[in-house]
Amino acid sequence: MMRRNRTLIIGVSLVGFSAAVFLLSFFWTPYDPLEINPELSLTSPSTTHWMGTDENGRDILSNVIVGSRATLITGVFAVVICMVVGVSAGIATAMSPKWLESPAIFGIDIVLALPTVLFAIVLAAVYGPSTFTAVFAIGIALSASVAQVTRREVNGILLADYVTAARASGSGKLRIVRRHVLPNLRASLFVQATGASAIAILAESTLSYLGLGTPPPDPSWGRMMASLQQYLLIDPIFPLWPGIAIVITVLGFNLLGDGLREALDPTLRRDAE
Amino acid sequence: MTLLQVRNLTIRFGHRVVVDDVSFELEAGQRLGIIGESGSGKTLTSLAVIGLLPDTAAATGSILLDGQELMGKSDREFSSIRGNRIGMVFQEPLTALNPLMRVGKQIAQPLRIHRGMRMTAAIARAAELCARVGLPDPERVVRSYPHQLSGGQRQRIGLAIALACSPSLLIADEPTTALDVTVQQDVLKLINDLVRSEGSSLIFVSHDLPVVSSMAERVAVMRSGQVVELAAVNELFGAARHEYARMLVDAARRSDDDFIRVSERGRK
Repeated sequence: MMRRNRTLIIGVSLVGFSAAVFLLSFFWTPYDPLEINPELSLTSPSTTHWMGTDENGRDILSNVIVGSRATLITGVFAVVICMVVGVSAGIATAMSPKWLESPAIFGIDIVLALPTVLFAIVLAAVYGPSTFTAVFAIGIALSASVAQVTRREVNGILLADYVTAARASGSGKLRIVRRHVLPNLRASLFVQATGASAIAILAESTLSYLGLGTPPPDPSWGRMMASLQQYLLIDPIFPLWPGIAIVITVLGFNLLGDGLREALDPTLRRDAE
Repeated sequence: MTLLQVRNLTIRFGHRVVVDDVSFELEAGQRLGIIGESGSGKTLTSLAVIGLLPDTAAATGSILLDGQELMGKSDREFSSIRGNRIGMVFQEPLTALNPLMRVGKQIAQPLRIHRGMRMTAAIARAAELCARVGLPDPERVVRSYPHQLSGGQRQRIGLAIALACSPSLLIADEPTTALDVTVQQDVLKLINDLVRSEGSSLIFVSHDLPVVSSMAERVAVMRSGQVVELAAVNELFGAARHEYARMLVDAARRSDDDFIRVSERGRK
């Protein structure tokens, strides 16, 4: 049996909670998140509006629930892009001929030097702010570190005796990637993907806080925070709600990553059966 | 008939010459031992024959397999020879198997690559091969992962992989060094039996003269990259010409004498 892994359990619970809220947003919210109610402007939390209402009298809880869509969808697609691009680039540079190696590493370093948010601002300035530009910018910016870690891992795997043995059996490069490199990379990929999710979600929140993420009227946690922080003096709890939502999700993915690392690391695993 | 002809093989790492003008021949069905201390170039010589030298090594000379030049073949061209006409068994049975792949699939690989067999047929053949190398319950073995097998069993798997396509040449690089002494003899005997029944030639690389002499008819003694003596086993024991070869023979004799003395004392 697996040892108790508290980090993993808490991580799974928090991510599961966020995912449940995400799914819930498609079926039910307490109120219509876009319904404007001028007479209910900026009311503090009450029994009818659990998290209060914003300046237009919209229910904050409903907006937090629906806001999970923008954040999680952007996060997931950005991670898919960054994993596909990063892992292919990492494997390709690790297996490329010697003369191609330093230009490739140089290219990865250039992308790595791009600040995610700045890159997204430039893209948004050129192509206009949208979910797509946010996804693309975050995905590409994060892919460099994935490529770097993957390249290092693949270099280690390629030195393993079983790769030499597979070559001695006549395996070509593609077969070695498919049968030996990818399976032995899997554990590290899981950990990297969860770590990248946390960063991607944080980046999406930053972008929408700056008004460069998902455009209105679709609610997003970052933009809610930006607009609600103006009313801190009326009730400081307003901007805290989307903040708590971001913290729960990011913390969940971070703990999930750490827990997975612990669970998948063979040197920490007691029982290999 | 000459199966393998190595002529003037020289391997360099930068300016450092690690294998220096090595030549030898191997008849079909013959068994050749290569012996030498670590760093003598014995492993690099065998890796050159199967085309697995590291990228940083530069090799010159000629290696003919069945009259076909292997030197200068591209990696892709060489792939059709490796595991097909030349098989190799490695020193470390622990690390020479992919820890995440079932053993049956690993034996099936050369069959799928060179024989174009389908997975189910290849796995069935893998089970036969497991039985061939003396593994009990082959149906269970093909479904297990490397960590579920002992060192000796894993080395038998290594043999099954190397011999899957009935290669005309088997290279064994210190195949028993990492095994328990009790298991060593079984694996050596197995290699001997299989090579004989398959009619393959054998290159047996080792630093252990008694082991080599039990496995091979001829021995090449290597030191600092050169073959200093190439002779039949009994000739070598009778009259080794090179000083280093004589040292090896004397050392083997001395440890043998010690062993007899100690065991006699134990008997009394």
